Parts: sequence; C-alpha cells; structure tokens
Amino acid sequence: MTAEALALIVFLPLLAACAAVAFPGRWLGWIVRIGLLPLPVLMLAPTLAVLDQNVIHLALAGHASPLGIEWRLDPLSLLMLWLNVGITVLISLHAGVSFRPDSDRGQRFWPLWLILFASMNALVLSADLFNLYVTLELVTLAAIGLIAVESKPAALRAGMRYLLLALMASLLYLLGVGLIYGQTGTLDLYLIAEQIEPGWLPVTAMALMIVGLLIKSAVFPLHAWLPAAHGNAPGPVSAILSAMVVKVSIYMIWRLWFWGAAGWDLATAANLMGLLGAAAIVYGSLAALVQDRLKMIVAYSTVAQLGYLMLLFPLASTLAFQAASYHLLSHGLAKAAMFLAAANILSSVGTDRLQRLAGVDQRRPLDVFALALGGVSILGLPPSGGFVAKWLFLEAAWHQQAWGWLVLVAAGGLLAAAYLFRVLGVICLHPRKRLNRRQHREIPNLASVAALILAVSAIAAGFFSAPVLSLISAGLPPGVTP
Amino acid sequence: MDSLGLYVLAAAVLFGVGVYGLIVSEHLMRKLFAINIMGNAIFILLVAASGPVEGAPDPVPQALVLTGIVIAVSATAFALALMVRLYQETGQATLSSRDEGDDG
Repeated sequence: MTAEALALIVFLPLLAACAAVAFPGRWLGWIVRIGLLPLPVLMLAPTLAVLDQNVIHLALAGHASPLGIEWRLDPLSLLMLWLNVGITVLISLHAGVSFRPDSDRGQRFWPLWLILFASMNALVLSADLFNLYVTLELVTLAAIGLIAVESKPAALRAGMRYLLLALMASLLYLLGVGLIYGQTGTLDLYLIAEQIEPGWLPVTAMALMIVGLLIKSAVFPLHAWLPAAHGNAPGPVSAILSAMVVKVSIYMIWRLWFWGAAGWDLATAANLMGLLGAAAIVYGSLAALVQDRLKMIVAYSTVAQLGYLMLLFPLASTLAFQAASYHLLSHGLAKAAMFLAAANILSSVGTDRLQRLAGVDQRRPLDVFALALGGVSILGLPPSGGFVAKWLFLEAAWHQQAWGWLVLVAAGGLLAAAYLFRVLGVICLHPRKRLNRRQHREIPNLASVAALILAVSAIAAGFFSAPVLSLISAGLPPGVTP
Repeated sequence: MDSLGLYVLAAAVLFGVGVYGLIVSEHLMRKLFAINIMGNAIFILLVAASGPVEGAPDPVPQALVLTGIVIAVSATAFALALMVRLYQETGQATLSSRDEGDDG
C-alpha cells in the first residue's frame, strides 16, 4: 500500500508530463489535474506508515542496490515531500490562470512543471548518492527550462548563467560520488558513514560534493546566479524556485553532513558553514535594501533567508534541527506567497519598479495583503511560522551559549524588517496618489487567492507547530544531542 | 608510472583544460565544450578506478558512467537549445551583464 502510493507520488506526475507532451490539445487541463490533485491523498498512506514505523525502506521493482534503486522515507523526507506537494499544488492554482492549459504558453509550461514536481519528489525519496545526482540534474534542467519558458532575453540570459554554474556544480558532486564509491564500494547514503574513516581522500570527496551543492543552493558567496534567475522568471516559477528548488540541495547537504559523515569531527568546518550563512543573511538583506525592483527584493531576500538554513551546522542540536526544518517550511510558504503576489502586481501594473508602485494597494489589495503577510513570516513576527523558527534558533543558540549566532538571528530579523517595511512603505504610504488607470490590467482573482492562501498558511504555521516539531525530532540523525 | 596513475593524470589534465576553458572563453559554445571536457575527465577517473585491478572489473562505475554520459548528452542538448534561443532573441551567444535589471 505504502510502496504503491510512493511509486505513484513520483510516477503519476511523470506520466502526466509525458501525456502532456503527447496530447497538448484540449485535454491538457485534465491531464494536469490528474497529475497533481491526487497527490495530497496519496500522501496519507506514507504519512501513516512513517508515524508508525519512523523509517521506510523500499527497493524499486524489487531490485536491491547496488544496481537497483532504493528509496527511503523518514520524518525529514516526509516533511520535504509534504512541503513540495502542498506548495506545488497551491502554486498550480496560480499557474492555472497565468499559464492557462489551453494557451500556447501553457502547453510549454505544464510538462516542465510536472517533471520538476516529480523529480523533486524522487529526490527527497532517494537513498543513494547517484540517484540523488540524477534527480538533482532533472530538477535543475526542468527549473531552467521553466525560467526560460517565456523566452524573454533577461530570463534566457539568467537561465543560461544558472545552467553553466549548475552543470559545473553537478560535475563536482559527481566527482565526489566517484571518489566515495572508490573508498567504500557503496553508494548508499546511509551506509557510507560506517564504511569510511575520515582521511584526506574521503574529506576531499565530501568537500567536492558539498561545494557542488552549495553552488546549486546559492549559498553566499556562490549566490550570484540566483537573484537574476529568480527575479526574471515567470511568477509561479520564481515561487517554486525560491520555495523548493534551492532547498532540496540544502536538504542534500544536511543529509551528507549529518548522515553521510556522521561521527566525523566537523567543528571547524561547521563554523565555516555557519559563517557563510551569516554572510548570506547580512549581504542578502543589505542587497535587498538597495534593489529598485520588487521581484529582485524578494529574490535577494531568498539569498538572505537561505543563510539561516546554514546555521544548523554549527548549532547541530535537536532544537536547531527543529528550527532549521521549520524555517524551511515557513519560508517556503511565505516566499511562494510573496513571489506570486509580486508577479500579480507586476502583470497588473506592467512594471515592478518600486517608485511606480505607490498606490498599488488600492488596485491590488489582496496581493499587497498577501505580500505583507508573507513579509510578517519572513521577518519573524509572532504568531507566524517564521516566528516559531526564529524563536527556536534563538533558543538553540541560547542553550549552547553561542552568543554570536544569537545576535546574528536577532539582527537578521531587523534587517529583514528594514527591506520589507521599505517596500510596504512605498506601496501604502502615499499622499492619495492614483495609479494610472490606462496601464492597469485585470488579472483573474484566483491568482491573488492562491497567493493569499499561501500567505495565510505561512501565518497559520505559527499555530500548528507542535505536531510538525515532534515529527522532526523523531527523525534526528545519529549522534545529535538535545 | 602504472596505468592507473596515467589515467588519473590524464583526467586531471582534462579537468584543468575544462576549467580553464570555462573561465576564459566568452562564447557559450566554447563554455559548453569546456564543461563537456570536464565531464569526460570525471568519467575517465570513474572508469579507471573500477579497472581490472584483480579479476573482473566492478560493473557499478561502468553503469554510473553510462548514466552520466546520457545525462551529459541531454544537458548539452538542452544548453544548445537555450543558446540558440538566446541568439535568436538577442543576436549574441555570450553572457553580457548589460541588462541584468530588465523588467521581468
């Protein structure tokens, strides 16, 4: 039952993508619905199984490793899976009107969208290093295809730059995988820890893989490709890029670090990763403060918020795990909402240059509301999901008397407040300025409603944190202390 | 030098050539060539590491390299398509950061 459900979670969207390429006509809308909508229901069986047994192993089609494909579902991957299913389905509400399935752009968009969805599901389920490589490559190629789907020069250029860096990053990762296999004779992520002792070769291999993944997850100072790619992509694509695509590679770093290299003495390297995160928070926030386009501000905010996910490495306690995982969840919801709202404002006004947006709160009240609610969660005001995450970070730093990280988390919130209030200030505080009616374009209400649902979920995440947090603490890596 | 050392040396040289080409050349076509050369360096290393040390060679690295080649081919095809599209839209096949801040 669980096995079938998991297989469908990956293969249903994939088959739908194939069908969408084969029958791009008027059936496309239904194909997309079949590929997406049953997924939340299919998730129920694996969820119950994880709550019951904690970890599920699955050899695909009965072929065990090394030559077969093995899947593994534990609480952390379950969380990622739910996040991907939930966010993708909600963003699809928006994409359903901004990329109508019966239009030309829709026919280019939906197959890639379904492939991206399926490959992210496969990635979080994969248990071996090489499958992670294949699925990550699929995620990257589908994501870049989506960035370039409208063929705008700026988006094409940003996609191309992303692609070149991503291909180099995959090669670094693959080289690391080869070296690890040479050392251990296994590719199973959860077995390599027993097989290798830290020496210069395994450390080099691990470092190559992690640097490759850091490029893909745009962690400072390897972030240069992100703002242009996320800021120039179409709205739903920006949303999924910031909410999920960069997160899956950080998820892989967590897996390599805490599961693959379990038992290594990584204190110095962990502090280095934390410092990268700190630099990302400060630099990303300051850069967001000086951008003059709304989508670029939101994109630089992603650079900053990814920094928090790096704080898990130096803190590395139960609390830090809960904090980082919850941050991943609430940031995903909030950032998806903000990008969708920004895209609605952009397509309604025709530009997202900040100085032209004064008064847009009167024309697009729902979008500005969604933007503000997402912002509340990003800067960690109670009672949002972002607040829970930031609070847990503070608590984790407090317990370890890591005052530097504590100050950083607090200061990061202030910096986020600076760039978000700048946006809201320009939009809402204006001397009764009217937007030019002539340039105003109507867009369907559903587009705004999708952004609002995501924003409200980001806030609601602050109220329903208990079950998620206990789920996370059930799936801690070996050797993590409370 | 034994044969494994020779393969590793060849791989290292190819990888270096690839990195150099990726950084130095401006035309996207050359950058793609450079990335493919880097990829081949890694494939050589993987195959060499699985070589006939004693008895039969290990099938797993061979399978990895085969899959890796398939991925490299599709990624290159995709990159070429993207490059052609970029050329059609902008008239150039290089990445200039001139209009990074275009309205999205």
